Amino acid sequence: MIRLENVSKTYPRQERAALDNVTLEVAKGEFVFLVGQSGSGKSTFLRLLLKEEPPTTGTIYVAGKELNSLSHWKVPELRRQIGTVFQDFRLLPNKTVTENVAFAMHVLGASVKEIKRAVPDVLELVGLEGYGDRRPNQLSGGEQQRVAIARAFVNQPIILIADEPTGNLDPTTSVGIMKLLDRINRTGTTVVMATHDSGIVDQMRKRVIELDAGVVVRDQVRGVYGYSG
Amino acid sequence: MRARFLASEVGIGLRRNLTLTVAVVVTVAISLALLGVGLLANSQVTVMKDYWYDKIEVSVFLCGSLSESPSCASGPVTADQRDAIQADLKALPVVATVYYESQAQAYTRFKERFKGSAISTNVTQDQLPESFRVKLKDPKQFAVVQSAFAGRPGVDSVQDQRAVLEKFFSLIGVLRDGALAIGLISVLTAALLISNTLRIAAFNRRRETGVMRLVGASSFSIQLPFILEGVIASIIGWAIATGLLAALKSLVDHRIAPLLTFTKFFGWSAVWQASAFLFITGFLVSSIASLLTLRKYLRV
Repeated sequence: MIRLENVSKTYPRQERAALDNVTLEVAKGEFVFLVGQSGSGKSTFLRLLLKEEPPTTGTIYVAGKELNSLSHWKVPELRRQIGTVFQDFRLLPNKTVTENVAFAMHVLGASVKEIKRAVPDVLELVGLEGYGDRRPNQLSGGEQQRVAIARAFVNQPIILIADEPTGNLDPTTSVGIMKLLDRINRTGTTVVMATHDSGIVDQMRKRVIELDAGVVVRDQVRGVYGYSG
Repeated sequence: MRARFLASEVGIGLRRNLTLTVAVVVTVAISLALLGVGLLANSQVTVMKDYWYDKIEVSVFLCGSLSESPSCASGPVTADQRDAIQADLKALPVVATVYYESQAQAYTRFKERFKGSAISTNVTQDQLPESFRVKLKDPKQFAVVQSAFAGRPGVDSVQDQRAVLEKFFSLIGVLRDGALAIGLISVLTAALLISNTLRIAAFNRRRETGVMRLVGASSFSIQLPFILEGVIASIIGWAIATGLLAALKSLVDHRIAPLLTFTKFFGWSAVWQASAFLFITGFLVSSIASLLTLRKYLRV
């Protein structure tokens, strides 16, 4: 589903590589934690998967596409297969919950009928049935993140990328979000989640990839956050 | 993206940016109207040329008792000279018709034209010159007649009415060039304003475009709402500009034409032609300005 071969990324005017000769593979349906300190290369890793930018060297395959040779106008097609969730939710403040989720379908040309069918289903999946008419500022942080996950998932991507999805949430709320991501993973969706949250990683016991200064220093099945805690 | 969703997004965009939208509409309206005035002034010149070149004549004035030019040194024109001049005029290939105006006819015409004015009572018949009124096949061929007859014994002077009209035309020409120049500058201003408006709109809606990018909307569908906003504002501006030109046309018909009965004015077809040209101009300028701006400020 995701394969990196000797991928390095060095940003212009920077000496140290953000990613240094990374080779790894994530199979379909896997749940992977990406851990490491700030600046260890987690965000760069995620940006490369979305072809927000090209790697300096190396080859990346995502959802059966080789990204280096993927032409500019085919990038949207790649992104339609990837759902994305962020620490700051990125909801549209002047749209309701339903409209926020529907927006992701509208811009891809879905019909009103399809949208009316899919949106309530996905809101139910994330546990927000009955919240459809509220606006983001009427929701708690956890609820907002659920809306964001619903929006990322409503077009049925085969990969879900989550960049610190619990970074702004308290531990109890975070557990709820993790249960939701786990449920989405069980539908067959590959989940890649970058996080600092050691409690969550230790609890979930999923595959852990640790980056340090752009190098993969650990790739562990059913891993924990770190030996040092 | 379905039409209804697109329409609602464009509507939200236009309303959220209302003051700037109004500014774009007004600027486009004024600049296109100015261009339109230039175009109408141009058709006016064409209409007047068509109208007048049919009617203008070359006048070959013959020597009278008051003539002072060297070719009249031997006194008033003789009957032989007059007959020879008339025969030579008719023989010229550029000449269509020749009409002789005697001193008596000139006097009658003079009295008519200056009726009620003090000058008509002070002028006597023998002060007015007799002349040949020559109509040319092509009014631009005046020089042929001029070179053949000016300075010939018995001919006082050769006058081209076109010279008087040309002054008038060049006056309208200045008006036309001025309107076109100011219009072009304002169109440029409108383009810059559209560009700036879209830059602000793109900034205001960076969340929306960010989400669109992430879920994999094509760059075309991300840019389309913005381009449509610019184009719709321009089309409203164009409609206002056309309205202004139509108002100008009706002003000319009802207020100016009754005063200036000596000429024809441009017709409604000139207004519609100018309007069509302005539509194309407005559409091209706004869409090109939009595309260039969005390529720079709306990364996809």
